[in-house]
Amino acid sequence: MIPEEAKQFIGRTDPPHVREVEAGAIRRYADAAGDDNPLYRDREQARKSKYGDIVAPPGFFGWPIKPVPELEAIMGLMSAVINAGYHRILDAGMSFEFFLPVRVGDILIASPKVADVTEKEGKSGTMIVCSFETTYLNQNGDPIAKSYQKVICSKPRNTGVEKC
Amino acid sequence: MLGHQVFWEDVEVGTKLPPLPKIVDSVTAVKWVGAIGGFNPLMYEEEFAKSQGMKGPIVHGLLKLAWLVHFVTNWIGDEGTLKKISCEYRGVDYPRRMKTMTEPQDGETWFCKGKVTDKYVNGEDHFIVLEIGVENGSGVVTTPGDAVVVLPSRG
Repeated sequence: MIPEEAKQFIGRTDPPHVREVEAGAIRRYADAAGDDNPLYRDREQARKSKYGDIVAPPGFFGWPIKPVPELEAIMGLMSAVINAGYHRILDAGMSFEFFLPVRVGDILIASPKVADVTEKEGKSGTMIVCSFETTYLNQNGDPIAKSYQKVICSKPRNTGVEKC
Repeated sequence: MLGHQVFWEDVEVGTKLPPLPKIVDSVTAVKWVGAIGGFNPLMYEEEFAKSQGMKGPIVHGLLKLAWLVHFVTNWIGDEGTLKKISCEYRGVDYPRRMKTMTEPQDGETWFCKGKVTDKYVNGEDHFIVLEIGVENGSGVVTTPGDAVVVLPSRG
């Protein structure tokens, strides 16, 4: 059963937050992913490419300029699910659609939304599947990308120790 | 990136992409968490990871997705464009532990693998659809996914 308190969050959006795409952050992300593509770190080579400058690896949208504002819908949903006993929270998958490249110096606006909450029968009983969507626009208002994330919440198999 | 550019006409349904090996250890796992600014203790704290039913800190799903992005963008080359990519985190992976401060213990090497499942033209764009995945050291695909790319055409 989808917890009653969780249902109210379906379709709700959280306030957008602003993200800055800095050269150092791009390089550290690409390093951590083990991707040595010069487009992500070598300005001279990147300028000769079709992008005209350093770009971010697809899937990297910079760091928030300020702490991310209170994600009332997303955090409210997660609290409702956890309070109903679904303490084991796992990312289930992620999708990206890319519309335009992200260039160094871009200022992106990320708008998250609770897309859906469904239930699914798993090996360890009922699981709650929360789907989130985030839309990214650049400083010109052009859509850059959309991400779709699924999180699976289940009740721990060993319920001897309850943690909140 | 690559000296070699793959063209849409060079590729057929069933064409396999050259596998890309990847290793993650405790240090690179933490480096990743810092690079994305997503500080979930599941990726670095033993006790918390165990409370979530894991054997220890796990490899972040998004890192495996970033590996797949590397794998696909490396293959499509500078003139190719990644349009869509997705994956499911079906199996849990654990980073290699450290032998020294900088060197991992012997252990698992992961491979990004993929093959072409469809190709079509829509308007001006020449599309390729790929089935992709991250395979663990035991040959199990823990992170299956797919991608849609546009390749340059010789036409």
